[in-house]
Amino acid sequence: MTKHLLGIDGLDRGDVEHLLELSEHFLEVTQRDIPKVPALRGKVVVSLFYEDSTRTRISFETAAKRLSCDVMGFTVGSSSVQKGESLRDTVQTIEAMGIDAVVLRHPSAGAPALVASWVDASVLNAGDGCHEHPTQALLDALTLRRHVGPDLDGMRLAIVGDILHSRVARSDVLAFAALGAEVTLVAPPTLLPPSLDGWPVRVSHDLDEVLGDIDVIQLLRIQHERRNASLFPSLREYTARYGLTTERAARLRKDVLVMHPGPMNRGVEISAEVAEGPASVITEQVTNGVAVRMACLFSLLGSGEV
Amino acid sequence: MVEANASAAADSSHNRTNAATGTGDPVDPEGGVFAFRATVFDADDLRRAHTRIAHEIVERNHGAGDVVLAGLYTRGVAIAHRLATAIAEFESAEVPVGALDVAFYRDDIGIRPVQPLGPTELPGDVTGKVVVLVDDVLYTGRTVRAALDALHELGRPRAVQLATLVDRGHRELPIRPDFVGKNLPTQAGEDVRVRLVETDDVNEDSVELWVVPNDSGVQEPNTPESADAAGDAGESA
Repeated sequence: MTKHLLGIDGLDRGDVEHLLELSEHFLEVTQRDIPKVPALRGKVVVSLFYEDSTRTRISFETAAKRLSCDVMGFTVGSSSVQKGESLRDTVQTIEAMGIDAVVLRHPSAGAPALVASWVDASVLNAGDGCHEHPTQALLDALTLRRHVGPDLDGMRLAIVGDILHSRVARSDVLAFAALGAEVTLVAPPTLLPPSLDGWPVRVSHDLDEVLGDIDVIQLLRIQHERRNASLFPSLREYTARYGLTTERAARLRKDVLVMHPGPMNRGVEISAEVAEGPASVITEQVTNGVAVRMACLFSLLGSGEV
Repeated sequence: MVEANASAAADSSHNRTNAATGTGDPVDPEGGVFAFRATVFDADDLRRAHTRIAHEIVERNHGAGDVVLAGLYTRGVAIAHRLATAIAEFESAEVPVGALDVAFYRDDIGIRPVQPLGPTELPGDVTGKVVVLVDDVLYTGRTVRAALDALHELGRPRAVQLATLVDRGHRELPIRPDFVGKNLPTQAGEDVRVRLVETDDVNEDSVELWVVPNDSGVQEPNTPESADAAGDAGESA
């Protein structure tokens, strides 16, 4: 194993299961009156976000603080990046102050791997372009595991929506496939990557056909910021065919879990009623995210291995 | 000191030969470098030790009223349950049992792989109670130090006491047990392994002594001689 968490790609089933087991321990910690342990006292973690984020950034910073790390936040908007400083110079400047880990979100796929080659600190990928978002996949798997037990073999997951631009979909596919689950991608052809050769998935263009044979459904947001305008006729048409509307949700088996990595566009990919409904585990995902990130930080900084 | 060390080495060599009854080197089932030397306590010894500790806990605390047993994973939890069962038999009192995982409080995080062993679960608020920490083997005292920190986060007990099935000496911290099942003088390079029916896939409880074979090339930790040797070999290390 390496000292970085750049993606689910490169982790095997044992690695993923180990991180999930560790996450369960940290979930117990986060439920205590004092949800904090001294495990990583003195370690310095920098969150370096080149893209907007609410939950991932706060989640990582909360996780680091609950491990007693010191956390430095870095906001691109108010930094020397605005004066033209390169990623490499920024990272090396921060590293010179003495840090143990960089949590990086960047619009370019591969940026975390690049940064990992420049610094001695551990690098945790908090989302890079359309590539990977490993901690999201781990928290999705943890959320399912909390409901059905540690064995995810044969569980059937549908990921619905903008697969083309989704780093979550990519990491989810790798993580759930590693755990033995069956993943079906559901999207119009224009929102799927040009080639899915080698992906351990099935593909469907018809959500209604899939609804009856799944255990979990993960809805993805339509990523307006990644120029989707020409990929489908209208949001209304998208919702009509691929949205988890209240009518569609009523056709799901009672124990099917509804997940969404957030942020949600209510009324587009998921109806507000479904998002708040009994099948929804969307807030559990957020809670589990802190535990998963604690596990990742502890694995990388606490024992030198994932 | 050199002489004593040499004699210790001769000892372990001798006993290792005894241990390796068949051909080839004995295999350490825990993946370490140790070889089996002897069973030092058997199931009857341990049963009596459990019973005595249970009585001592009740005697010291003038009853079992405020007592909470907190086992340290993994075997300490099993031992804590046994103590509670014993107390229930002679005192007709239900002593609550909890489990503490101390991994995130250890002082060797980042030095060696540290993994949590189970969920921390205390039976209700321990503030104002007498918490008896229970472990299988007391050695350096570092696990107990971590347990005290873990406990401190969960409440403010009126008193904390320490029960251990085996005290093997070699403390590195100012920690002293209140209740000891068996004192077992050991050398630093030896390993004491408690085998319990509940945790170890065995039919009978026992305590075993394992030793480092002296020709394995592994230095015994914590002895001044090996520290000197490491210093001498510093350039090549």
